[in-house]
Amino acid sequence: MLLLQIDTAFIIEKILLITVILLGSLGIAMYLTWAERKVAAVMQDRIGPARAGIFGLLQPLADGGKLFFKEEIIPDRSTRTLFILGPALAMLTALMTSAVVPWGPDITLENGSVIRLQVADISIGILFIFGVVSLGVYGVMLGGWASNNKFSLLSSIRAASQAISYELAMGLSLVAVLMMTGSLSLREIVEQQHGFWDGYFTWNFFKQPLGFLIFLICAFAELNRAPFDLPECESELNMGYHQEYSSMKLGFYLFAEYINLFVSSAVIITLFFGGYNFPFMDKVAGAASPIVFSLICVLIFLTKIICCILFFMFIRWTLPRFRYDQLMRLGWKSLIPLALFNMVVTGAAILWIFK
Amino acid sequence: MEKLTNRSAPVNRDPMTFGEKIYLPAIAKGLSITIGHIFKKKATVSYPEEKRPFSPVFRGLHVLNRDEEGRERCTACGLCALACPAEAITMEAAERKPGEENLYREEKYAAKYEINMLRCIFCGYCEEACPKDAVYLSETIMPTNYTRDSFIYKKEDLLIPHPKMQQETK
Repeated sequence: MLLLQIDTAFIIEKILLITVILLGSLGIAMYLTWAERKVAAVMQDRIGPARAGIFGLLQPLADGGKLFFKEEIIPDRSTRTLFILGPALAMLTALMTSAVVPWGPDITLENGSVIRLQVADISIGILFIFGVVSLGVYGVMLGGWASNNKFSLLSSIRAASQAISYELAMGLSLVAVLMMTGSLSLREIVEQQHGFWDGYFTWNFFKQPLGFLIFLICAFAELNRAPFDLPECESELNMGYHQEYSSMKLGFYLFAEYINLFVSSAVIITLFFGGYNFPFMDKVAGAASPIVFSLICVLIFLTKIICCILFFMFIRWTLPRFRYDQLMRLGWKSLIPLALFNMVVTGAAILWIFK
Repeated sequence: MEKLTNRSAPVNRDPMTFGEKIYLPAIAKGLSITIGHIFKKKATVSYPEEKRPFSPVFRGLHVLNRDEEGRERCTACGLCALACPAEAITMEAAERKPGEENLYREEKYAAKYEINMLRCIFCGYCEEACPKDAVYLSETIMPTNYTRDSFIYKKEDLLIPHPKMQQETK
C-alpha cells in the first residue's frame, strides 16, 4: 500500500493551503458585494454604502448578519431535501473550482522541500474546471425546481439552457488555447506564459485574442451576470430561481455567485493573462528570497484578478440585459462558429507556421 | 401632419452595419460613458451631516410674529383662515382688556390660534393674506411626530419668542 503512504507534513501543508484559499475566497467574495455596490454607486453618481464603518467597509458583515437573523422559510409544497440541497450545491461547486488554480510559483525551501501554492496539480485541470462548472447548474436547477414556483422553474430552465449553450462555445474557444499549450494542467499553462516578453508576448491573450474574447463572453453567460443575467431578471421573473429562498439559503446563492465571479476571474487570468507571471519576474526572483518572491507573485495574481472582476462589474452596470432569443442566437449562431473558426485557424497556424 | 415642435428626429431604420452588428464598439462606447461617470461629482448629500441650502422662496413651518416691543401682531381678523385652501387655520378672537397693551398691539387679538399641520399644504396664502404681517412661513421643516394631536399647533407653539422677556432658545 505504498500509494497511501502520505506523510503528515504534506497533509498539514495541503490543509493549511485549503483553509487559506477557502477563507480567502470567502472573504474576497464578501467584499465583492461591497465593491459591486460601490461600483454601481460611483457609476450612477452616488457614493454607495458609507455608513457601516469607514467607506462602508463593514457593510458586508451587516448584510450577512441581517441574513442570518431572517426567518428561514421552506415553502410547504417544496421538495424539502432538494430545496436545501440547491444552495448547498451552488456553494460547493463555487468553492471547488479554486482547487486547481495555481496561486503562485513553487517555494523551494533551503532544506530542499517544495511548497506548492496549488491544492491539486491534476493533469486534467481544465477538464476538472469544466466538470465542476457544469455541476454548478445543478444548484440553480434544483433550487428552481424544488421551489415549486413557476417563475423559479422558468428561471432555472433558462439558467440551465443558457449554461449548456455557452459551455459549448467556451470549450471550443479553449481548445484553440490547449492546442498551443499542449497541456490540460493549469500549472503547465501558467509556466508556459512565464514572464511577459520573451522575443514575443508570452501571455495567451496575445496569442489568442479571439479565443479570449469568446471565452470572456461565455464566462459572463456562465456566471449569470449582466448582460446575460436572464435567470434572475427581476423585471420578468421576480427574483428568478431564488424567489422562494430566504435567510442564509438566499445568502448562499448570492454568495456563491460572487465566489464564482472570483474563481472564474482567477481562471481567466490563469489561462489568458499569465496567472502569477509579470514582466521582469526573473530579475525580481534573483533579488528576493523565494518566499518573498512567491508572495509578490500571489499579490500580482490577486491584483490581476481584481482588475478582471472590476471589468466584470463595469460591464454589468453599463449594458442592458439581452433578450432570450438574442442570447441564444449569440451563443449558437455567432460564438460557436467563431470559436470553430478560431480553432481551425490556430490548427492551421500550428501545422504550417510554427511547426 | 404638421409637426408640433422642430425637435423630433427621424428614426434610423437602415440595416445595421457590421460595426453595429458585432456590438463591441457599442460596448466600448458605453463603458467610456460609465467610466467617465466615476470621476464626476457625486449627487449624494449625506443628509444629517450635510444639509442642502433651502431655496429663497422655501415655505416651511408657520410662525406668529410680534412687533418690536414684543406685542402680538395678530388681530384675529380671520383673513388667513379665509385664504387657506386647506382650511387648516382656526382662531377665536377676544377683546383686549385695559392693562394688556403690552401684550397685544391692537384692541382685538387671537385668544386661540391653531394650525393643523396635517391639513396645511404650505402654500403661503395665509402669509399673503395677512394685513398685519403677523403670520409668516419660516425656513423650518415641520418635525415629524407620532400622534395626530401633536400636529395641531397652538398659538404658543407658533409665536416667536418675546424679544425682551424670553431668551431665544429655540
